Amino acid sequence: MQSLIARSAFVRSQAARVPVVRTFASSAARFQATPAEKPVLQKEFKIYRWNPDQPAEKPTLQSYTIDLNQCGPMILDALIKIKNEIDPTLTFRRSCREGICGSCAMNINGQNTLACLCRIERDSGKDSKIYPLPHMYIVKDLVPDLTLFYKQYKSIEPYLKNDNPPQGREFLQSQEDRRKLDGMYECILCACCSTSCPSYWWNQDVYLGPATLMAAYRWIADSRDTYKAERKEKLQNEMSLYRCHTIFNCARTCPKGLNPAQAIAKLKLELAAE
Amino acid sequence: MISSRALGLTPTFRQAVVAHKSSHSLILRTAVAKRGVQTQSLPPSAAEKILNEQRLKRPSSPHFTIYQPQLTWLGSIANRVTGAGLSVLMYGYCIGYLVAPETFASANVIELAASMPEAVKIAGKTILAAPFAFHSWNGIRHLGWDMTKFITLKGAYQSGYAVLAATAVSTVALVLM
Repeated sequence: MQSLIARSAFVRSQAARVPVVRTFASSAARFQATPAEKPVLQKEFKIYRWNPDQPAEKPTLQSYTIDLNQCGPMILDALIKIKNEIDPTLTFRRSCREGICGSCAMNINGQNTLACLCRIERDSGKDSKIYPLPHMYIVKDLVPDLTLFYKQYKSIEPYLKNDNPPQGREFLQSQEDRRKLDGMYECILCACCSTSCPSYWWNQDVYLGPATLMAAYRWIADSRDTYKAERKEKLQNEMSLYRCHTIFNCARTCPKGLNPAQAIAKLKLELAAE
Repeated sequence: MISSRALGLTPTFRQAVVAHKSSHSLILRTAVAKRGVQTQSLPPSAAEKILNEQRLKRPSSPHFTIYQPQLTWLGSIANRVTGAGLSVLMYGYCIGYLVAPETFASANVIELAASMPEAVKIAGKTILAAPFAFHSWNGIRHLGWDMTKFITLKGAYQSGYAVLAATAVSTVALVLM
């Protein structure tokens, strides 16, 4: 028994002395070239914080400083680094990190964009300010409540409606008709455009906003859809569509380079020409 | 070994498992940090109440105070402000004329303007001409947009700068008149 205790004590002290070795490393560290040390490049990030567990506290900007040479090139990399290394309570949405999911939409240095597509300015003298999407209710930190945005999208029935689908074959469409959908079907619903629109800021309870209106026109412009009249009828009122004053913030901010302003202008023209 | 990596376990944990079989518990305890968070069990029906309570307290995120100044929305605000200003002036003068036709008669207005010093005349003309010029040119830009002309981002910027240039030229022309 005693010898057993002594042996386990021995193993334990051995364990303490064993150097940390990567199990699958093929060569020892000393045979490898040492990478050149990069200089430290500190940059300050000021990030909007609000915690629902302390609702009485006003939202604040919290400052974080990180070394850009130990960080990926995009704002999302910086946010992930801050969350991993400095403050795990920092809350934001992210998923694909390549600009196709639309989760990480936020206001970076005054412009709405996707954090994963926005490069960090490597000017260490200037700080980067990160806010959530403007004029939205905040769930926590950089996470806005998009419930209304999704409800509006749902309200335009974003799917093909046709009472007489072709029997035994797929829907056919001319190349020209298909081209009408280019620049609209690519929308990822990140809500950057809608939340950059001053009209949407003041009237989001009645005005649908650029993202939803472009989606509405995407189905009205589709040659296979037979519910054009009903779709237009729904928009034929003062608020849903005509609160658009062609401000162009939507096209200016779209991280996918789309042009909701153009889709809305075409929609207005079609509705006015009826 | 490979399965432990597939599970996403930490290198510390893997070393602990492979290298020192006898001292499992000790290293494990240090590798897996204890969580100090206590959870509370609630029925699913309570979720909506908690959510609604939170929704009442949510702040609205900042908007025009933090948004980058851009030609797009500043031009739109300018269009609205100049339009409202010119309307107030026109309706104000017309209602004033109805109330007191003697005071606001053309002859009186001309006399008042003529009696002003030169600097006030130029300043006054500029203050009237600049909003009028901007609103008129920008109105034409908006008519173009409504016919889906230059309705691209590039078109919006080019026409925006064109409106600013035309405003400057026509303001000077109107002041010199």
